Amino acid sequence: MTSLKKLLLGEQGLVVIFALAFLVVSLTVPNFLTERNMLGLLQSVVTIGIVACTMMFCLASRDFDLSVGSTVAFSGMVAVMASNATGSILLGLVAALICGGLVGTVNGVVIARFRINALITTLATMQIVRGLALIASDGRAVGINDPSFYQLALSRFLGIPTPIWVMALFFVAFGFLLNRTVFGKNTLAIGGNPEASRLAGVDVARMRIWIFALQGLVCAVAGVLLASRITSGQPNAATGLELSVISACVLGGVSLAGGRAAMTGVIVGVLIMGIAENVMNLLNIQAFYQYVVRGLILLLAVLLDNLRSSAAGRRA
Amino acid sequence: MQDFLEFRSISKGYPGVQALSNVSFSVKKGAVHGLMGENGAGKSTLIRVLSGDQSADTGEILIDGEQQHYRSVRDAFHAGVIVIHQELQLVPELTVAENLWLGRFPGKAGVIDRQQLTGVVSQKLAEIGIDVDPTVKVASLSIGERQMVEIAKAVMLDARVIALDEPTSSLSSRESEILFALIDRLRANGTVILYVSHRLDEIFRLCDSLTVLRDGKLAAHHPDISKVTRDQIISEMVGREIANIWGWRERSLGEERLRVENISGPKLRQPLSFSVRRGEILGFFGLIGAGRSEMARLVYGADARTGGSVSVDGVTITADSPPHSIRSGIVLCPEDRKFDGIVQGRSIEENMTISSRRHFSPFGLINPKKEGALADKFIAKLRVRTPSRRQDIINLSGGNQQKVILGRWLSEEGVKVLVIDEPTRGIDVGAKSEIYEILYELAADGMAIVVISSELPEVMGIADRIMVMCEGRVAADIPRAEFDERRILAAALPDVQNLNTLPHAQVR
Repeated sequence: MTSLKKLLLGEQGLVVIFALAFLVVSLTVPNFLTERNMLGLLQSVVTIGIVACTMMFCLASRDFDLSVGSTVAFSGMVAVMASNATGSILLGLVAALICGGLVGTVNGVVIARFRINALITTLATMQIVRGLALIASDGRAVGINDPSFYQLALSRFLGIPTPIWVMALFFVAFGFLLNRTVFGKNTLAIGGNPEASRLAGVDVARMRIWIFALQGLVCAVAGVLLASRITSGQPNAATGLELSVISACVLGGVSLAGGRAAMTGVIVGVLIMGIAENVMNLLNIQAFYQYVVRGLILLLAVLLDNLRSSAAGRRA
Repeated sequence: MQDFLEFRSISKGYPGVQALSNVSFSVKKGAVHGLMGENGAGKSTLIRVLSGDQSADTGEILIDGEQQHYRSVRDAFHAGVIVIHQELQLVPELTVAENLWLGRFPGKAGVIDRQQLTGVVSQKLAEIGIDVDPTVKVASLSIGERQMVEIAKAVMLDARVIALDEPTSSLSSRESEILFALIDRLRANGTVILYVSHRLDEIFRLCDSLTVLRDGKLAAHHPDISKVTRDQIISEMVGREIANIWGWRERSLGEERLRVENISGPKLRQPLSFSVRRGEILGFFGLIGAGRSEMARLVYGADARTGGSVSVDGVTITADSPPHSIRSGIVLCPEDRKFDGIVQGRSIEENMTISSRRHFSPFGLINPKKEGALADKFIAKLRVRTPSRRQDIINLSGGNQQKVILGRWLSEEGVKVLVIDEPTRGIDVGAKSEIYEILYELAADGMAIVVISSELPEVMGIADRIMVMCEGRVAADIPRAEFDERRILAAALPDVQNLNTLPHAQVR
């Protein structure tokens, strides 16, 4: 292997690519490297970033979750409708968390206990949950009654919007969970070799259920913040989110074969997704092209994953 | 009759083992030739070389006096050599006729001529006397019938040499008889049959001639089987020469540690009971498929038990799952390290502490210092050869991976019973001795150890007592003072007579 290849496919390869891309974009795209644009960029990746935290666990344990987009929309709806009905934002938040957690738990139980393929299961729940969101609102957006709900997304701390702080907090917390806890290590172990992990005493089924439940809860948080930012509960919000999130994770070096994941990689993956979109907006590229670019990025991500795996195989 | 199939000085080595060395023998036209030998004697390798799946390092194969140069299974097909493996190679969702034509369907422009498809097949099946409807899906056939279809496929391909690898291992006695009748008809047609089996009765029933392999070498060749006795064949199979690498020493045994009573599971023919004392190493020997690994998995709770109980130091373990077994002091080093043992892509450290880390992780928070220290301690103690505990376990040799798995359990501290399945499979001689030493030390500290091995010399070398399994039941229980390889092997070999007592339903 040449040293360039080694650099790009090695542990820090992605960070190098990111740094280069950031440098090039900063120098060439006008208005990119401004405080306003940077905050806007970060704001725009909050949903992807938060959901990517648990998607990382899901993929690292060799599972898959397509239902995240629907869950985000559904729990956002629930938060708005529940707080409108009760007049209490707190109750709305609790209801959203319960609903999100429930969807995740159902996913986990069906996948781990009834041994149904994760792809099929979450494909089903993705549609069911989206349907529930549409039914609950009769297909229309539900406006927020209490303006203080907006403050969740609009408030700032040290000049930086709260959702960005929440995302940063999640990055730190889930990075810690992955690397420094039994839960994280077991996640990586069951992704690396589920049968060996089971024989080594890891309760694989319970782990998988927890991972999905956590995914549901985190989607609920993302859903609440999204609803607050768009000032309403939208049943059609976050469509296609699952693909962006999985792209970001894979781009960040999370192996689809399981057993390999790093929080720093996922953060970089999320930022790359955000920058690509942001730059296209700044350059006034039509929105339709963004689909093509997003697809290309995903393709690039899996190709990279493949190259990286075979590079790892050669080292072995 | 002249020699039709001839092996000349076939040698084949794999890293660490010489699977075949200088094997030469020949088989006459229209003969059924038996191939016998213990586990690892080289039968499978010879069959693989014959089938074109692997090529020999040196030596040559001659068919009808013609030297063969095939390099793939396809080439071997064209030369008329077909091997029928234990795992049958049919497509279940296709019909019998479709399977027989697979790869060369009759017809024009991609449209299959269905008339020819089934017509030729039913004619062929009638010709060799196989009573199977060519239009049914293979999935609906019994294992015996599928085997017939495989043989029919070989006949359709004009096979001149058909090798059968343990064809009766999953057949009922009635199905076996049908198979034998078919083999007799093929013999009459002049086809050479190479018949691999552990069943002496079958060998005597079917074969004209016999070759016995041992340690990859030719142990005996009998051109006329009527001049050999059963005892003679067993003596030829045993007596493997292996340097004394065991280092077994007398140990004092304590009271009973592990007691297994009437455990049963889907793959055991009979409920199984045994006990192991403190400091004792109990060996389980048997041919591949005798049910030893299934027994081990049931004891450990890797598979669900359908009955029976396991107790350690007199306390019965109520639940049967790996976490429960570990907490009760029973651990398992599985047979297949790659698939059931190591977690690929993760470090030695993580592989070693995957179970024991719960002891130093309050609220699930890992203490990296303690984890590292623990890993380093067992890397040093078990002499795992690695530059660092952070190495991916996949980079280690088989012997060192096995040590890491042992370390996984020793770091648990409370282990009372160690079940170790094929402790040294794929491990070089030096590391083997080290692993045996570890086992002796653990036994001397009072652990009860169950060793499962397909290597007769290994079990005899390290065990204090051997239980011999055969076809899902215990065939013998022999203390070290009475170890005798002929007796042990004789107990492990199945008989056709025993087969008659099996209900037919088990085969389906």
